[in-house]
Amino acid sequence: MAAPPLIVVRDVVNSFGPQVVHDGVSFDVNAGEIFGIVGGSGSGKSVLLKTLLGLRRPDSGTVEVEGRDITGMDDSELRAVKRRYGVTFQHGALFSSLTVADNIALPIVEAMDLDEAALSRLVELRLRMVGLPLDSAAKFPAQLSGGMVKRVALARALALDPAILFLDEPTAGLDPIAASAFDELVLYLRGTLGLTIVMVTHDLDTLARTCDRVAVLVDRKVILDTLEGIVANEHPWIRHYFHGARGRAAIALQEGGDGT
Amino acid sequence: MTESARDTGPGATGFAAQFDPGAGRLTLAGHCPMASAPVLARELARVRTAAPAALQVDLSAAGGFDIGPAWLLHGAVADLRAAGSRVDLHGPEPRHFAYFGELQAQGGDALPAEPGGTFATWLADLGRRLATHVRNSYEALVFGGRLLASAGTVWRSVKRLRIPSVVRHMHETGVQAIPIVAVIAFLISVISAYIGAQQLRPYGAEIFTVDLVALGVLRELGVLLTAIMVAGRTGSAYAAELGVMKLNDEVDALESMGLNPYEVLVLPRVVALVLVLPLLTVVADAMGLAGGALLTSYLIDLPWPQFVMRLDSAVADTTFWAGLVKAPVFGLLIALTGTLRGLQVRESSRELGRLTTVAVVQSIFLVIFADALFAIFFLEIDF
Repeated sequence: MAAPPLIVVRDVVNSFGPQVVHDGVSFDVNAGEIFGIVGGSGSGKSVLLKTLLGLRRPDSGTVEVEGRDITGMDDSELRAVKRRYGVTFQHGALFSSLTVADNIALPIVEAMDLDEAALSRLVELRLRMVGLPLDSAAKFPAQLSGGMVKRVALARALALDPAILFLDEPTAGLDPIAASAFDELVLYLRGTLGLTIVMVTHDLDTLARTCDRVAVLVDRKVILDTLEGIVANEHPWIRHYFHGARGRAAIALQEGGDGT
Repeated sequence: MTESARDTGPGATGFAAQFDPGAGRLTLAGHCPMASAPVLARELARVRTAAPAALQVDLSAAGGFDIGPAWLLHGAVADLRAAGSRVDLHGPEPRHFAYFGELQAQGGDALPAEPGGTFATWLADLGRRLATHVRNSYEALVFGGRLLASAGTVWRSVKRLRIPSVVRHMHETGVQAIPIVAVIAFLISVISAYIGAQQLRPYGAEIFTVDLVALGVLRELGVLLTAIMVAGRTGSAYAAELGVMKLNDEVDALESMGLNPYEVLVLPRVVALVLVLPLLTVVADAMGLAGGALLTSYLIDLPWPQFVMRLDSAVADTTFWAGLVKAPVFGLLIALTGTLRGLQVRESSRELGRLTTVAVVQSIFLVIFADALFAIFFLEIDF
């Protein structure tokens, strides 16, 4: 990890009126890692994600992406930074009036001037990358299963070869088989492409399987550690989260099956 | 033809691609991010049209490739080789090429072709449309049947008619529509009085303007314009409300609770509109006559009392009723169309928009069509 961190968050404060959501949150995201963000409902996960995405300016503090502070940027600079991002939303947020192929092509068409042949080749590439059958290209989002929607969303997020991928609840609503296939896909993309991935998730299995480090949002601050470190943490909320029945099962499974 | 394409866009990376058809050589230099993909794609398109028998790809000065452009290069090389050309890569090949080998092993061979304009696709399209029509008619039949069945149960026990729901819909579709309906009726009678007075003046028959306005408003214009207004306001609202409920699985939720969505959702709306449209028509008639009275007093100096007297002789006892009896029928048509189209929404928000539009257009069409039938019928029975 000699390379400088890709995202540097320093002393971020976010508040809505008198209600302070983040009170001096600081952490780094290193290049090539899978970074998990965990927290209870209302702990400010979405607000943090919006801050990282540049959709919300924090009350104070800085967010540096590839060495440049995005909190003070004007819109055109911010757009250039957002080109480096790929984002998937919890419910996919596919455009329901466009086919799968057009959904994936949209960011490419908007960003650059490419001929039809090259465009359809790139759509084919993204479909292959996320492991979707190519004949799904002509379908509309309403005709897809939940797992396929998440994959198309990922394909769309990958369309411009982002450096950083943000995944909001990537496995929520998927059955365990589809969820674990999605985990494998994320790991595979990180492995082959060296993507940096920031994911917000409640899925303990996903957290255990994929994330290198985990940031837990508690008491308006962040506790950052590897998963083992977090699990050993004595904070009552964290103990409750990871040592509840579901947490223990997920971690036990992971430790038992992580001999590879 | 040896000009080189150089990336000069914003955030230029200095990537350059140059194809020399004479030497059969493609030279790529510099780092190639996704933003430079158009530069590469243009040169690759030139290579494809030239279709050289042998191609040397010089990558010795090339930096790293993003996956997108690397894939384009990979695809172009594969196509040329498949067409029988000799392609040699010089210099380090982009690191993603190994990954592409794995990728191509999965997912099938090619994107589905765009549907062409052949006879077969035309026929298939025709068949699909026919099937959709048949299904829609079948659904309309089921809709009518289930609605009648729930109307039957409600008839047997009026307690099952959801009075609060009916009242709410009457408020939304009736009371809140009064201002716009009143204004429209007033304006339309002003228009007809104005035109009528102008046309009748040369014959010295201005007094018949009163007959024109009274008969026009009471028999046709009042009820028809009210119905069209309500079709636009309420028909679309019914379709959109039920459509969103359908998309949110709320209709299924009702059914899973053992509730009949036709009894809970459709019937109150239909009953409300059937009750409300005659009331709105009365408002429209009153405003229309007021507009007529105002304008005749202004245009042909006819004072109020004389207007009323003239009105009394112009209008038969049945004139008012000839307009009013149509109102519940129009209300029924609008409510049925709106709720049916709303319940037909499935899958996506695109459907919702389409079916809402369909609901409005069809209900206006049905209203006018029914009005034509009424006109013929009334003429035949001399009503």
